[in-house]
Amino acid sequence: MRNEFAQSARDELANPQLRANIRNATHTIRERRAQAVAELPDWEQLREAGRRIKERTMRHLAEHLEQLERSVTAAGGVVHWAADAAQASRIVGDVILATGEREVVKVKSLATDEIALNAALLARGIQAQETDLAELIIQLGHDSQSHILVPAIHRNRGEIREIFRRELPGTEQLTDDPAELAEAARRFLRAKFLAAKVAVSGANFGVAETGTICVVESEGNGRMCTTLPEVLITVMGIEKVLPRFADLEVMLALLPRSSTAERMNPYTSLWTGVQAGDGPQGFHLVLLDGGRTNVIADAIGRQTLYCIRCSACLNICPVYERTGGHAYQSTYPGPIGAILTPQLSGFTRGNSLPWASSLCGACYEVCPVKIDIPSVLIHLRGRINREVDGYGEGAERFAMGLLARVLARAGRYERAQRLGRALSKPLERHGWISRRLPGALGGWTEVRDLPAPATPSFREWWRGRR
Amino acid sequence: MRIALFATCVGDTLFPRAGIATVALLERLGHEVSFPEAQTCCGQMHLNSGYEPPALRLARKFVDVFATEEVDAIVAPSGSCVAMVRDQYAGLAQRAGDAGLRATLAELVPRVFELSEFLVTELGIVDVGAYYPHRVTYHPTCHSLRLLRVGDAPLRLLAEVRGLELVPLPEAESCCGFGGTFAIKNADVSAAMLTDKMRAILDTGAEVCTAVDSSCLMHIGGGLRRERAGVKAVHLAEILASTEIA
Repeated sequence: MRNEFAQSARDELANPQLRANIRNATHTIRERRAQAVAELPDWEQLREAGRRIKERTMRHLAEHLEQLERSVTAAGGVVHWAADAAQASRIVGDVILATGEREVVKVKSLATDEIALNAALLARGIQAQETDLAELIIQLGHDSQSHILVPAIHRNRGEIREIFRRELPGTEQLTDDPAELAEAARRFLRAKFLAAKVAVSGANFGVAETGTICVVESEGNGRMCTTLPEVLITVMGIEKVLPRFADLEVMLALLPRSSTAERMNPYTSLWTGVQAGDGPQGFHLVLLDGGRTNVIADAIGRQTLYCIRCSACLNICPVYERTGGHAYQSTYPGPIGAILTPQLSGFTRGNSLPWASSLCGACYEVCPVKIDIPSVLIHLRGRINREVDGYGEGAERFAMGLLARVLARAGRYERAQRLGRALSKPLERHGWISRRLPGALGGWTEVRDLPAPATPSFREWWRGRR
Repeated sequence: MRIALFATCVGDTLFPRAGIATVALLERLGHEVSFPEAQTCCGQMHLNSGYEPPALRLARKFVDVFATEEVDAIVAPSGSCVAMVRDQYAGLAQRAGDAGLRATLAELVPRVFELSEFLVTELGIVDVGAYYPHRVTYHPTCHSLRLLRVGDAPLRLLAEVRGLELVPLPEAESCCGFGGTFAIKNADVSAAMLTDKMRAILDTGAEVCTAVDSSCLMHIGGGLRRERAGVKAVHLAEILASTEIA
């Protein structure tokens, strides 16, 4: 098995500053989330309602998307369909170039990260300016995101100060005081907002019934982008559609408490097509497939698309807590990324990620739409073993098959127990093996002693007492 | 009550004391215990590693062995093996299109229990008459906590043990990092998780860390031994089986 995750995780684990930063951040947010959720006596019913809305939506996705297209078009917007990342980026670039602009401001958006929009636009001479504070830190630091909600979670304020001093004019005297850092970003971004004629956003939800797009955020930068420019382009994954406006009631109760542990997020922007004299006078909605219809075809994997990108599973995950997001090498890290990345890519990327979990189940417990992430992880391990070259073959497959044949008969199993005992005899002391073993067991004996097969085994003891 | 013991492959081969203690405890409580010798393994490692056909084969084996036993309950000193039977077998049977297996499971699975839930929920006992004069901390294993939802059953049992001083484990619900083959395939991440778990255990000043899963205890205990930490990992069954005389 090719284990890219184990290799990249090894590098991240060696960075004590990173581990401290992420441990502090995730522990703080997970405790706050638990408090925010505990305030609602009907939280479990809300989760169930959220899951059911998503289940029903996904069952008739094509119809809801066609209704969304009709609603947006009727409200004066233009709807584009993009099969993949390249097509989506091309459409966005075409719309921008048609305005004559060469610089756009961006709302924080995972869909546009997923399709690597900024790089695609740059190749056509268009500068995309991130305006979310954390995304700005990433962009200025020539870095990549390590968390879906807090992309610069791996950076502390000292590092942020250094990035700003290097990249932003007039910041020579900047300290690492958070208020000062925010002010420096605000001054820089204000000029960008006032100059921008075109903005690009993602979407948290798109309501089929009304054609309304919804973006939730904390800083207000998104609100600036969705109101000030003349043209607004929204890239939305097709799974983000909701059938009815009333469905937002459930989703907007689930999302902020799960993500930022807030009862309500500071800014909820809703817009429906184009309103004369109010906000952007041109609106384009790019509906992105990007592998999503293939995910729907998998009855167990499908629930991955219920995700509302709250990041509660990242914050609770014991693996993410140790490695951070970069080890996942995907726009989507953590437990949700471990199931989303390989599926969206059609199993061409991130195939080691479903094994990047101890199956502890904490992610499932906090998921606001009840995605059974552990079950999907197990399911994907099976699919990847069956379908992808380099997995489910070689020594591991042989060992698993052999073990199953041995375990299928108690007699064989008992002979194997005796063989194991004979082999471990020269290595053990007081029932434990302390030395480093070669091969697959080396991962175990690196940091732990290994118990030797016991004398007597349970079954030998049982036979002896009768 | 007539009870068949499922010792589990890890328990049978590596930690027979957990099975022996389970037998001693249940017999002391007046129950009749049998050990069907054809039993081997529940198949959890195969399924969780992405090898469904051998997992199905072992699930069938488990069902063949235990469905024919004339017992009231099947008890295992393992949360994750019972969770495998309870949560995964039906899905395996369904995907295999085996209606007969599904029907047998529907009758069998409700009689399969993890030891602590069996004692507290089924038998309604919290004081098993044990004596264990040690400072003990309890690690709730992920599968007993989140899949079986044994809740505070192990803690209630420990609270009644004479001589035992129970100390709470900080961040108890954090995974220890075992995760089956995860401990080998992602050994570095597993080790990082284990380090934090061991630190939490040592901070309690306990002499013993207990849990309801031999596999997690193998990981925690193996780490504590390597560190020469002087803290032992002991299965809950062994504590509950201990008495003043023995």
